[in-house]
Amino acid sequence: MNIDKKIADDLVANDISFVTTVPCKQLAGVIEEVEARDEIFHIPSNKEDEGMGLCAGAWMGGKRPAIIMQNTAIGVTINTLATLIQYYRMPLPMLISYRGELREPVACQVEMAVHTKALLAQMNIPTYHFHKQSDVEELDMILKYTFMCNKPVAILTDANFWGGYGDQ
Amino acid sequence: MIRSEILKDIAPILRDQLVVCNIGIPSQELHAIDDQPTNFYMLGTMGLASSIGLGLALAQPKTVIAIDGDGSVLTNMGSLPTIANNVADNYILMIIDNGSYGSTGDQPTYAGKKTSLAKVAEACGCENVIECRDVDTGEVLQKAIDSGKMHVLVVKCDSGNAKMPVITMDPVVIRDRFMKAVSA
Repeated sequence: MNIDKKIADDLVANDISFVTTVPCKQLAGVIEEVEARDEIFHIPSNKEDEGMGLCAGAWMGGKRPAIIMQNTAIGVTINTLATLIQYYRMPLPMLISYRGELREPVACQVEMAVHTKALLAQMNIPTYHFHKQSDVEELDMILKYTFMCNKPVAILTDANFWGGYGDQ
Repeated sequence: MIRSEILKDIAPILRDQLVVCNIGIPSQELHAIDDQPTNFYMLGTMGLASSIGLGLALAQPKTVIAIDGDGSVLTNMGSLPTIANNVADNYILMIIDNGSYGSTGDQPTYAGKKTSLAKVAEACGCENVIECRDVDTGEVLQKAIDSGKMHVLVVKCDSGNAKMPVITMDPVVIRDRFMKAVSA
């Protein structure tokens, strides 16, 4: 299974047509796939809170948005999640590269990894953790759930899910 | 002129457009001067008016005016390259540049010192960047709307705030009312 294609297929099948991204090495394939899809307007953002602002605007304009980012961005976006996405009750699927988990080669990434789930739990953000490739099968349901309840929803995707970092 | 005088001046122009209004006193002033379902008031999240406005403009065809401030643009300066590189011709970013953080006690911003936000916007690749005087705001804004081209307007004005009540409308009501106006 090509998980990059599967993720993009699920986005398109759920009518998600506005996707903003801040890159991560693990996300390179899915970002490329999103960029290639005619059904999706891909708009890279410079910082994740900016990206959430774009998504909020797009949703109010009638498009279903999504953000693709690293888990370090949870540290950047707490205020935006609380005072924009949650306060105005907006749906936002967050496909998150979960750096600093098993198979992580960069020690500093662990420093935010240990806070990631605690911060998401503190924010009452529904959180799913993809550890095996087959976990991606839940993505379609998670996206439907997100737009049913109008909440930000986190999908943490770790190195094991993506197949490791190769020879990094 | 201070910001509230400008908003009073341009209220008849704003009334017919989708407006995303910056956090704090700017939203309170606009709400008190001319509350409209086509106004989206930011109650938090300093800095994101320009991003919300761009997302909204890219998602649908109606004209969108984001009313931002110099302090808020400085806090989310990464927004300007994104705006420049994703042109939405139904989008006008209007920066009310009074050189101060109005909502927090009028502390000076760097935009009131050496930093030119118009030049920053141009350096980021934005086209149709116009710096104007407060008294010319209405005329410049109307021309920008009529042109059908994306614009960044930097309105230089005096520092100061009008005494207006806090917005007590529920955020979900603001958002729902706005979305109905967007799709109407």
